[in-house]
Amino acid sequence: MALLEIRDVVKRFGDFTAVNHVSLSVEAGEFFTLLGPSGCGKTTLLRMLAGFEQPDSGEIVLDSVNVAAVPPEKRPVHTVFQNYALFPHMTVAQNIAFPLKMANVAADEIKTRVAEVLEDVRLSQFATRYPNELSGGQRQRVAIARALVNRPRLLLLDEPLSALDAKLREEMQIELINLQKEVGITFVYVTHDQGEALALSHRIAVMNKGEVAQLDAPETIYSYPKSRFVADFIGQCNLLDATVKSIGSDRMQIEIAGVGIAETLPVAGAQVGQSGCLTVRPEKIKLGATLPSDDADEVHFKGKVHDCLYLGDVTIYIIELDNGMLVETMLPNSAPGRAKFFDDNDLVELAWRFDAGHFILA
Amino acid sequence: MHSKQSKWLWAAALLAYAFLYVPLIIVVVYSFNDSKLNAEWVGFTFKWYDMLFKNEQMLVAARNSLLIAIVTSVCATVLGTLAGLAMHKYKLRLLPLLVLTPIAIPEILMGVSLLIFFVMLNMTLGLVSVALAHIAFCIGFVAIVVRSRLQGMDESLVEAARDLGATPVQAFRLVTMPLIMPGIIAGALMAFTLSIDDFVITFFTAGAGASTLPLQIYSMIRIAVTPEVNAVSTLLMVLTLCLILLASKLAPSALRAE
Amino acid sequence: MAKSNRINKWLISGPPLLYLIIFFAIPSLIMAFAAFRFPGDYGGLLPLIGPNPDTGANELLVTAENWRDYLTFENFGLFFTDSIYVELFAKSFWYAGITTLICLAMAYPLAWLIARSPKKYRDLMILLVILPFWSNFLIRVYAWMIILGPQGYFSMAINQVLGLIGIGPVQLMFSHVAVIIVLVYVHLPFMVLPLYANLEKHDMALLDAAQDLGASGWQRFWKITWPLSLPGVWAGAALVFIPALGMFAVPDLVGGTDGIMIGNLIKQQFLDSRDWPFGSVLSIMLTLAVLLLAGFAALIGRGGKRNAL
Repeated sequence: MALLEIRDVVKRFGDFTAVNHVSLSVEAGEFFTLLGPSGCGKTTLLRMLAGFEQPDSGEIVLDSVNVAAVPPEKRPVHTVFQNYALFPHMTVAQNIAFPLKMANVAADEIKTRVAEVLEDVRLSQFATRYPNELSGGQRQRVAIARALVNRPRLLLLDEPLSALDAKLREEMQIELINLQKEVGITFVYVTHDQGEALALSHRIAVMNKGEVAQLDAPETIYSYPKSRFVADFIGQCNLLDATVKSIGSDRMQIEIAGVGIAETLPVAGAQVGQSGCLTVRPEKIKLGATLPSDDADEVHFKGKVHDCLYLGDVTIYIIELDNGMLVETMLPNSAPGRAKFFDDNDLVELAWRFDAGHFILA
Repeated sequence: MHSKQSKWLWAAALLAYAFLYVPLIIVVVYSFNDSKLNAEWVGFTFKWYDMLFKNEQMLVAARNSLLIAIVTSVCATVLGTLAGLAMHKYKLRLLPLLVLTPIAIPEILMGVSLLIFFVMLNMTLGLVSVALAHIAFCIGFVAIVVRSRLQGMDESLVEAARDLGATPVQAFRLVTMPLIMPGIIAGALMAFTLSIDDFVITFFTAGAGASTLPLQIYSMIRIAVTPEVNAVSTLLMVLTLCLILLASKLAPSALRAE
Repeated sequence: MAKSNRINKWLISGPPLLYLIIFFAIPSLIMAFAAFRFPGDYGGLLPLIGPNPDTGANELLVTAENWRDYLTFENFGLFFTDSIYVELFAKSFWYAGITTLICLAMAYPLAWLIARSPKKYRDLMILLVILPFWSNFLIRVYAWMIILGPQGYFSMAINQVLGLIGIGPVQLMFSHVAVIIVLVYVHLPFMVLPLYANLEKHDMALLDAAQDLGASGWQRFWKITWPLSLPGVWAGAALVFIPALGMFAVPDLVGGTDGIMIGNLIKQQFLDSRDWPFGSVLSIMLTLAVLLLAGFAALIGRGGKRNAL
């Protein structure tokens, strides 16, 4: 049985339904992420896991016990708060000792365990400092150490990196991954940053309007988004409106109005004539002045460069298809001696493998 | 989950509010009681107010209080605003000490030292000595309010005015002044109320020559509890309430400055 | 530029500075000096300047030979030789201390509740705390004279309850209890305001964090809220304790002979027995006590601030 099971949980605030019949389970040792835009219900769900909110209905089962009504201080669950919530009147060591004191751990054991965890987060020399004497990254590590020190069954992290600058954030991401591997504690991580979610998680639950839109491994979420929302929210994605033309056993033909026929993987439940959209990631699209058009596995179209965004390592080309539809593509600037390959209004050809895209039924 | 806890909190808070208000309500209610004793309710009457307006001493005291309060609030506002500006603008040692100490020490100390001072100068104690004393302790309150207003002001506004061609005096008159005006008004009202309210310092500096409302009330309640005092108290409360309403109209932030 | 700056500085700070030197600093120094002088024949102070018996012209009477007739430490000696004065100081400290504690106990839940209330109600709730404080000080004392007076309903009710358990009627007016009740009443807002200002700034996430880490309701209060509110507690305590210590009107009106404080003694020396030198000694002692307390509070406040911000 899974470590944590959320069963049909509903939470309303007045007329607003923050969490709407959510069910999911988290395995022991997993790095699990709740991802979504602000207001999608991910923080409410996290607060219910911590015990700060009670679900209106449904169960939260931790280690086979329904904890939905257990107050936060009685749950073997600790949280790393968004702004760390370090106690300003306590030193680093006192902050970290706090949960141990609350659990009535003997004084000498507190000492050794605080020293151990300080070692783990490389803050041993800062034990007697106050939080306001630490840098953002150090505070972050104290907050994590404090939440980990008495070995919770579940560690909840509420956008813990959002207060850090970009460079530090990347360092902390690597540290978090390593720390989770080391301690083996289950992490439930909340973020609105899709890059962070993809980089850190074993599995991601993408949330929208109080519901789980998709729950999968990062690669699956990225490559095979199940809905327009997920495709749009995770990374850059071309969404081309189309209708189903014919369905084969391993391929499906769709028609993009005014452009032509494209092949893609068949979708369960699709029927001829049904409309939807084809999702193709920019980096999966080949781009050239001319491209061979005889490969049966490839989808092939012509277009014109509408806009270029030179980003240094890559250039993003926005290609206008015959019907005026815009397609975003991306080419690494790998040719020596050349800044980029095309300019505005160049005529180009684009192609992608039939299984690079993925059709979403409307 | 927190409901039990907050029920206790609410109970404690309501008790505190009741503690603050019930005594004053009693004063007001008894001012309309047709009995010489502040005990049993006998019947409704205006006669204590009527007696009050025929009480010559009381009217003189009221006039004196008003006069002193007006003079005090004008002078203390000017001096206090200057002090607030100086304390904000310059690094001074003596001025902040002299401005803040009168507020911090028990009033009686200032009262007796001014008594010695005025007597040594052979000054007749009266309206003038009381006003001089009131100004001295009101300066600090005005200065604090004005300074906190200045501290809340964006320095770059004055710089912007200078940058756009204003002289220092123009920048002060056109930018700083309007921005700290709510603080100055609040300070003036505060000085007015403090002055009209003051008993201790007035007690020592008034001598036999001048009576103010608080002194008059004091001499009345020392002798006996009488409904006439309830009536004058009620009127004073109404006056203060009006002043507060006026303040909230003139400078909404003034009330919060306290 | 630098010169006009200096002129500006004096133009701005000069008038209030001059006023406060004349009407605060000099009187205070005169009073301090008066503590070392003798009382005059008809009260007040023995003059240092007077008509020369020979010429009749006014001149300084103190000379190198006779200064002992004009300056003395005797007044301080009197303070320490008769224990009633030190006892009166101790009693005043006791009254002010009890008053501060009761104010704290009443103000804390109120301030906490206001700080946790929705933002739109907070200003109103605070205004309701300040409002009674804007009514005249004597009115507020007078209100309690009605309540505590023997014909007041409150007095009668208490005596009826006491009568039931066989304790004879007590007089509330003119007692220690009356002094403390009224001192609490007139000073309560001074405790609520700094406490509220402090509690309002507390980060609620800290309480969530403490709860998340296993702290129960009481533990959250004693380990987080209380230590973080100490600067507010000290500020409120200073604002209540110091004026309460120097109070004379309250004990004068409701304390009777039993409930007098330092302030009453000072008033007596200046206005009734007209022994100004001794009155000055008492005032100096009160000033010293206040300065010591203020210094103490500032020291604690600084220690607290370092950790709290």
